[in-house]
Amino acid sequence: MTRVFFLYDVLRLDEKMLLERLRSLAEVEPIHVSSSILEIGGYAEADIALQRSISFYRAMSSTVAVESWGVRVINNSMALALAEDKAWSLSVLYRNKIPVPRTLLAYSIDSAVEASRKLGYPVVMKPLMGSWGRLAALASDEEAVRAIAEHREMLGSMYRVHYVQEYVDKPGRDIRAMCIGDEVPAAIYRVSEHWITNTARGGRAEPAKIDPILEDLVIRSCRALGVEVGGVDVVEDPERGYLVLEVNAVPEYKNIARVTGVDVAAHIARYVVEQARR
Amino acid sequence: MPVLRCPVCGNPVEVPEDAMPGELIEHDCGVVLEVYRDSNGNLALRPFEGVQEDWGE
Repeated sequence: MTRVFFLYDVLRLDEKMLLERLRSLAEVEPIHVSSSILEIGGYAEADIALQRSISFYRAMSSTVAVESWGVRVINNSMALALAEDKAWSLSVLYRNKIPVPRTLLAYSIDSAVEASRKLGYPVVMKPLMGSWGRLAALASDEEAVRAIAEHREMLGSMYRVHYVQEYVDKPGRDIRAMCIGDEVPAAIYRVSEHWITNTARGGRAEPAKIDPILEDLVIRSCRALGVEVGGVDVVEDPERGYLVLEVNAVPEYKNIARVTGVDVAAHIARYVVEQARR
Repeated sequence: MPVLRCPVCGNPVEVPEDAMPGELIEHDCGVVLEVYRDSNGNLALRPFEGVQEDWGE
């Protein structure tokens, strides 16, 4: 029987559902990363591994450890690293002809202000790495940009790279679509009056229509970053159509499953086991 | 149900039969506890560290 390592730290509903579905298809060995000692170059046998750690550094480090054992991990270390860095992933998406919002990088407070003038207000400022809308800010004028940039620069080196992005006039919602291999089995609109629509920040989930253009964009975005199981965030620009914001490499999906009725965990489990058999 | 001890208030905490490391339990002393495996391989409880800056998707 196929043997799967299940790498995790916090056992959320997403992980419980995945474990249940995986256990119906394969022999699963859960590895609680927070309790583990993992040797680089150590040895352990499995056909494949699925990474579900909520902490990026635990996910990244445990993935590279398991890869050193000769076990393939979904998603692999390069995909995790790429997807985590907003500038790097946007660069790769752009080079793969995937439409993305106009984004400037600035390296001082003054140049952050100049960047925001180039884009026109309001602008969105985000840290290079971060999730759940954390530390994302909408700056409506120069004073706001300057204040945000000044505060960021007090936080450390990573925050001295100012990621300044155009604000997309989206229709009160954005889209989160799941890509699993070459399929997009489900997507939701995250509806909110607030510009941050993450459900973690109060956005309301509704089933989304997956048209062929969206489906193609989601699959190509994941493929570009090497993400095999991903959550893709897309916004709808009134003139340009779909723009991809980012790809999440350890995606939550319980809201998608709840509102669409699609058994996302089963799709993921099937994909992982199929990949192990290749 | 297995019974473990809350490291904060010292009172007993019932955990599910199939409890796994990484599960979170809200104890009535007000603390969120995380199940983990101690150095002897036994299930134990520790205060949940809470959301960290690198948490997310």
